[in-house]
Amino acid sequence: MSFDYDKYIRPGKLPHIWCPGCGHGIVMKGLIRAIDACGLKKEETAIVSGIGCASRLPGYMDCCTLHTAHGRAAAFATGVKMARPEMNVILVGGDGDGTAIGGNHFIHACRRNINMTYIILNNKIYGMTGGQFSPATPTGAKASTTPYGNPDPAFDIAKLAIGAGATFVARGTAFHANQIDKLITEAIQHKGFSVVEILDDCPTTYGRRNKFKSVVEMMNHLKDIAVPVKAAEKMSPEQLQGKVLTGVLHKEEKPEYTEQYAQVIERAQAAK
Amino acid sequence: MEKKLPTIEIIEKYCKGCHICVEFCPTKVLEMKGFVASVKNLEACIKCMQCELRCPDFAIKVTP
Amino acid sequence: MAKKVAFLQGNEAAAQGALYAGCKFFAGYPITPSTEVAEVMSVELPKVGGKFIQMEDEIGAMAALIGGSLAGSKALTSTSGPGLSLKQELIGYACIAEVPCVIVNVMRGGPSTGMPTGPSQSDIMSAKWGTHGDHPAICLVPASVQELYEETIRAFNLAEKYRTPVMIMPDEIVAHMRERIVFAEPGEIEVIDRTAPTVEPSKYKPYDTSFGDVPPLAAFGSGYKFHVTGLNKLPDGFPTTKAEYVQAEEERQVRKVEGNAADIMKWEEYLCDDADIIVVAFGSTSRSARFAVDEARKQGIKAGLFRLITFWPFPEARLLELSKKAKGFITPEMNLGMSHGVVKAAVEGNAPVLGIFRVDGEPINPGQIIDKMKEVK
Repeated sequence: MSFDYDKYIRPGKLPHIWCPGCGHGIVMKGLIRAIDACGLKKEETAIVSGIGCASRLPGYMDCCTLHTAHGRAAAFATGVKMARPEMNVILVGGDGDGTAIGGNHFIHACRRNINMTYIILNNKIYGMTGGQFSPATPTGAKASTTPYGNPDPAFDIAKLAIGAGATFVARGTAFHANQIDKLITEAIQHKGFSVVEILDDCPTTYGRRNKFKSVVEMMNHLKDIAVPVKAAEKMSPEQLQGKVLTGVLHKEEKPEYTEQYAQVIERAQAAK
Repeated sequence: MEKKLPTIEIIEKYCKGCHICVEFCPTKVLEMKGFVASVKNLEACIKCMQCELRCPDFAIKVTP
Repeated sequence: MAKKVAFLQGNEAAAQGALYAGCKFFAGYPITPSTEVAEVMSVELPKVGGKFIQMEDEIGAMAALIGGSLAGSKALTSTSGPGLSLKQELIGYACIAEVPCVIVNVMRGGPSTGMPTGPSQSDIMSAKWGTHGDHPAICLVPASVQELYEETIRAFNLAEKYRTPVMIMPDEIVAHMRERIVFAEPGEIEVIDRTAPTVEPSKYKPYDTSFGDVPPLAAFGSGYKFHVTGLNKLPDGFPTTKAEYVQAEEERQVRKVEGNAADIMKWEEYLCDDADIIVVAFGSTSRSARFAVDEARKQGIKAGLFRLITFWPFPEARLLELSKKAKGFITPEMNLGMSHGVVKAAVEGNAPVLGIFRVDGEPINPGQIIDKMKEVK
């Protein structure tokens, strides 16, 4: 059955700003299906972003949307969630926004385990500014500021999230469109800070510099490198060379931040 | 009995011509007509919805 | 019934003022010499069901502050020079997105780490010019613990009334001194809340100027869906680069403060009517200045004190008026001439303006001011 995305999109806002073949629209569709599957009410859902291509996503969503400053989505969102814990808070942003300029807010949101879902659209590049390398750009890759190949090693964003204390971490790709909504649904339903990294493509500023001939080739590359966590268990380290694990990578139960603060309020009021 | 054909609506003003729908359709129902996708062979459609699912531009609606 | 009286530190009084004003949200980061504000809020906010969060850095604190305010809470942060510098981008965000919030900035020596425990008055230009772009600026500069308490209440009222960030900047002396303070009774001081929309949610526009220069602000989670961005925006909150909207919006944002300056400005004139020499001072320096004025009068010098309580918007029209009779002005300040330039511009050459500038971490003493009075010809 055709899915009615229009129910969640602000009238008159399409077409979106993303380039031909950019996977951000595919991820946005997955997010919409997840919001629908979770039954979230639009007026009780805040979608918060920073700056960059991915951060334009909230503007299309018919919810309470907050397009903040570069890197600061997690900190703004923490304020919203603390002030109104009953709200559903979803963060959307790119790899540069979330893990470079916003890296500090990201790891501390993970540490607090505050009940929000952060969707990181990792296209390995700063797209909006024209293709400069990000902390997710692979070593050796070309970007507008790494004309001789990137000397920096890249973050594994999912591992970073796990290490910082996020209690639900998953990874998907823009190719595996059917899986995106399922991962985001599980993330939203998880109590605690959940991170969903979606490996995405930027044909305009990454693909053409790195010998991808077409959007379709980039999509197929995402298909080729992705290995579901279950399948990976049966594979040798050699077989896993150059591959990326997908699916739910980490899930645990830990005290959630706004509930912990509710206990602070109880203790303060009992002592009054 | 005649097979009920699906409808594939392509919103041309949303389509950015990325080719994803054309390439990932398993039965080659779609083609590029100039810069936008268009239906070439509706008879072949198996209603798998891949084109709608993968279209990054909200430009395809399939009613099976 | 007798009023509640206490012996409080300035920072503690600022926190008490915020609580009186109905503050329910604090986000901050530890920094000398403002940390006591955060400490008191961490104790008191949960008692009234409010939220306190210590963020990972100064920028995060400012971001959470804006988030908390958009979710409907009256919101406070406290910081000092280096923290103020870090917060500046998001102070601009609060200006353009028109999010009410209050920033207590305790002025210490600068630039950079400077003198963390030494007093200064060198952040007043940061209050107006610290963030990039044109924007409204409200900055209050109290001179006593009692005034810090009352001006913090007023800071919240102004933030909520004009939908804009308000800075309250005690110098380190005012923030750390202890004085007797008389608490206001509930209802004694007016407390203003932001105007909420009355239109139905589907018709709501967060920057709808048909309601005047200060559009009503809905809270996230109150049934209204809307978009907030740091980009130049249309009345419906969505980004635009259309020249006519951008110009009009920027002008309105500045006008809502400058056009209401009479409501926002506050100062005290002490013996100014017949004064030959007017000392323009604020914060702890104004206390030395008042002593100096009294001493000068005893010596036969007709001195007066113009004490700024609001620094921005600046009362230039009144100073211009006074300059037509006065023979000279003196601006003692713990910086290298920040208010001096503003006063000079205000008096338009009608009278000389002599500065006393001190950045060695020591307060300006009355003797220095009296000596300077004698230089006025």
